[in-house]
Amino acid sequence: MMEILQYIGYVAIILGSIFLFLGALGIYRMPDVYNRLQAGTKASTLGAMSMIFGVGLVNPEWFFKALIIVIFIAIANPLSSHALARAAYRAKLGPFFKNKIDAYEQEIENELKNEKKD
Amino acid sequence: MTFVFVFAFSLILLGLILSFIRFVKGPSSADRVVALDTMSIIATSAFALLALMFDRYIYIDIALIYAVLGFIGVIVIARYLEGAL
Repeated sequence: MMEILQYIGYVAIILGSIFLFLGALGIYRMPDVYNRLQAGTKASTLGAMSMIFGVGLVNPEWFFKALIIVIFIAIANPLSSHALARAAYRAKLGPFFKNKIDAYEQEIENELKNEKKD
Repeated sequence: MTFVFVFAFSLILLGLILSFIRFVKGPSSADRVVALDTMSIIATSAFALLALMFDRYIYIDIALIYAVLGFIGVIVIARYLEGAL
């Protein structure tokens, strides 16, 4: 039983390293900052979670602490990518292809209008 | 199980090199912060894998602290780029 869990852990480590490499490849290849954010953050989140979970499966004494790191990465990594995307938008970094619809700009204008009413 | 470690560490090294290239030549500072974020995540999982390879329990703690510090650093730099700090 333990050996089966160990083999599952090794497979998870290999899958995680593949996803980490794909995320870094997306960081290198994508054309603008928003594409880089979505390629790098999603793929590397899945890769890091899978790899640390695999480490916890291979050595069952470490499973609890590995689970803590996995939960922390699952909470913190989307948060930091969200903050980065917001900062890149507010710093007026335009996208590579010109977008027709900009919903976030309208939302900011609505916020400003509401603040004036108050 | 040497194959697993060699395979995973070679892919991790390639990923670190690719994101470090983006970190050096990225056109804007947001690109550099994105590359730094990815590098810190890759380093976190590399620490966990090193703990398994050398059979040292303390490296897992280092991975946890590195994840927390990388997250705080990225949040602070993002707030600074936004102009709110």
